[in-house]
Amino acid sequence: MKLFKTLAVSAAVALASTSGAATAGTLQDVQARGELNCVVTTGVAGFAAPDDAGRWAGFDVDFCRATAAAVLGDADKVKFIPTTGKTRFTVLNSGEGDLLYRNTTITMSRDADLKLTFLGVNYYDGQGFMVPKALGVTSAKELDGASICIQTGTTTELNLADYFRANNMSYEPVAIETNEEGQVNYLAGRCDVYTTDASGLASTRGTFDSPNAHIILPEIISKEPLGPAVRQGDDQWADVTRWVLNVLIAAEEAGLTQGNVKGHAAKAGSNVDINRMVGTEGDFGSMIGLDKQWAVRAISAVGNYGEIFERNIGVNTGLGLARGLNAQWTNGGILYSPPVR
Amino acid sequence: MAATETSSSNPSLFYRLFFDKELRSVTIQVITMALIFAFFFFIVNNAITNLEAIGKGYSFSFLWDASNYDINQTLIEYNSRSPHWRAAVVGLINTLLVAVAGIILSTIVGFLLGVLRLSSNWLINRVVYVYIEYVRNVPVLLHILLVHGIVVNTLPIPKNALMAFDGTLFLTNRGFYTPKPLFEPAMWAVLIAFVIGVGFTIWFKGYAKKIQDATGKIYPVLWISLGAILLFPTIVFFLAGLPVNFEYPELKGFNFKGGLVLRPEFVALWLALSLYTAAFIAEIVRAGIQAISHGQTEAAFALGIKPSRTMSLVIIPQALRVIIPPLSSQYLNITKNSSLAIAIGYMDIVATIGGISLNQTGREMECMTIVLAIYLAFSLMISAFMNWYNKRMKLVER
Repeated sequence: MKLFKTLAVSAAVALASTSGAATAGTLQDVQARGELNCVVTTGVAGFAAPDDAGRWAGFDVDFCRATAAAVLGDADKVKFIPTTGKTRFTVLNSGEGDLLYRNTTITMSRDADLKLTFLGVNYYDGQGFMVPKALGVTSAKELDGASICIQTGTTTELNLADYFRANNMSYEPVAIETNEEGQVNYLAGRCDVYTTDASGLASTRGTFDSPNAHIILPEIISKEPLGPAVRQGDDQWADVTRWVLNVLIAAEEAGLTQGNVKGHAAKAGSNVDINRMVGTEGDFGSMIGLDKQWAVRAISAVGNYGEIFERNIGVNTGLGLARGLNAQWTNGGILYSPPVR
Repeated sequence: MAATETSSSNPSLFYRLFFDKELRSVTIQVITMALIFAFFFFIVNNAITNLEAIGKGYSFSFLWDASNYDINQTLIEYNSRSPHWRAAVVGLINTLLVAVAGIILSTIVGFLLGVLRLSSNWLINRVVYVYIEYVRNVPVLLHILLVHGIVVNTLPIPKNALMAFDGTLFLTNRGFYTPKPLFEPAMWAVLIAFVIGVGFTIWFKGYAKKIQDATGKIYPVLWISLGAILLFPTIVFFLAGLPVNFEYPELKGFNFKGGLVLRPEFVALWLALSLYTAAFIAEIVRAGIQAISHGQTEAAFALGIKPSRTMSLVIIPQALRVIIPPLSSQYLNITKNSSLAIAIGYMDIVATIGGISLNQTGREMECMTIVLAIYLAFSLMISAFMNWYNKRMKLVER
């Protein structure tokens, strides 16, 4: 019975995907609409937040813009849909959003049970703890009995419960819906500790009046590979969005930047990796339903991975994050894009 | 053959469809019902089809999996190994707690404000008027955030706790800590005394009424009842040799340990909901009292009834008839508004099963169904109780 059901559903899906125009894929929908609906956070400084002029900016936002540039030819044709940790998957699965770039940890249950297709990792993160310096705490192992503010609707609660149980410590969880309210509670001293992904802690600390009064403890208690996702069942759209992400990473490795990409695209050079990306050799764009210039548009819109990182969250920004794990594999990190060929 | 038969015998039916009032209205009702059913069938079918298309079933089996998260305010045994349904029960109890506490406080404050609003003292009634208009016209979420902000920002951290009553009450922005009573077995005697007191009061009230009906003699029912319910158990309590110990809160490490704690999230939600709803109740009470014509008071005085008895026997019973129906809808509001708890991190039913469990299992349809069913059940229960009470207070026509 179950097998029959599965067969029937897959037959229906196959039928739907071959019948073309009648039920167009997400790529066709986006192109027909002329706008990409990108699901982001309600505001994490550096990752996705509206700037002073009300324009969305940040690390995740730039990946959305790169995708729009590749697919639509204009990095500004993006509608950003702010979501909480709770609503993000529903918004994507209901079809309201086309693409999710929201500091989302890739986990097995989300991939399999929530029917998402993850495209890869755009930030390797881990859960950490922030405490006021005045508390005199230097290790997470000293947090027995502490009150801990959590932004709810994340994998954070799970990791926290597991960590304290494993170390036989007690704590008082204060689970709060949004990052802003969490900060208010932490700063008022309602909690001793604020916990979320280390990148989120850096982002939060960067917005404080006196960031130096707070320290991030050395313990990272979980693996949080953050990555974009699309709905399961539209492989073409997954391919398009996955290769936009990959090409931005590969571009950094190959030395292709926002500044030099147009030059490389004008005439085939000696570096075949670059030639394939900028479309002077082969036609990789057509494999994913786009033209030869897809990667050129993406890179010239926002730059390569390294440029996106440094502009939004790098050491010279308020967040001051080092590349760490997120350096290229050739530079001691684990960022490793499959080759474009 | 059949066709000719229908056309020959049925013109009267078509005719009647247009001109027979009863048949016409029945037909229209049947069609309307069919359309409504078709609409709901479409909605439900649509949801089922779409869930199936992405391969997500509709199953409550996740409720028996370990929840994997902790909750700070748990009135029953709970930890991160407990199943999701237990987390739901913890949330349910927290919702009930704040709803019941809110209903009690808002009723007391509301009646007080309602009476003060009618005060002949200009200053008092203007102050209350300004208060009511301010509170009623600001969204309740802002009140909740405001009260929470005040509690969390003005009170000190545990290390600098404000101490009151010689180390028995500590005020901090992590909560209000008081000693926790630990009862000895002899406490049962006090409880039994209390039950006897209540039983006696019920009997005595009936007896006093009988005597009054027969002879017109009035017993001081209130004072004797108070004595039976409060004084009698207190005497037993002292006779049993004060069978109670206290566990005192102590500052250990980051926080106070032991004792009873009222967390700021609860306090903020409780006060904000109560004070907000009290403003509405005050207006309802004022309307109820003003609905009773002054002639009633004058008539009672003319019959020689004392002012206090005029109030309790003539004015209030009639005013209650006006007050109760809108009051029940305020009680429903307070229960439903308690779902705003998540904004400040109070772990109610929406925050547990409708929040963290939902997010971790991805079962939004199932979790929302549970939350919906629970709020519906609460509201229907409150409505049923208030309808029963309303019926009891209704004018008995003879």
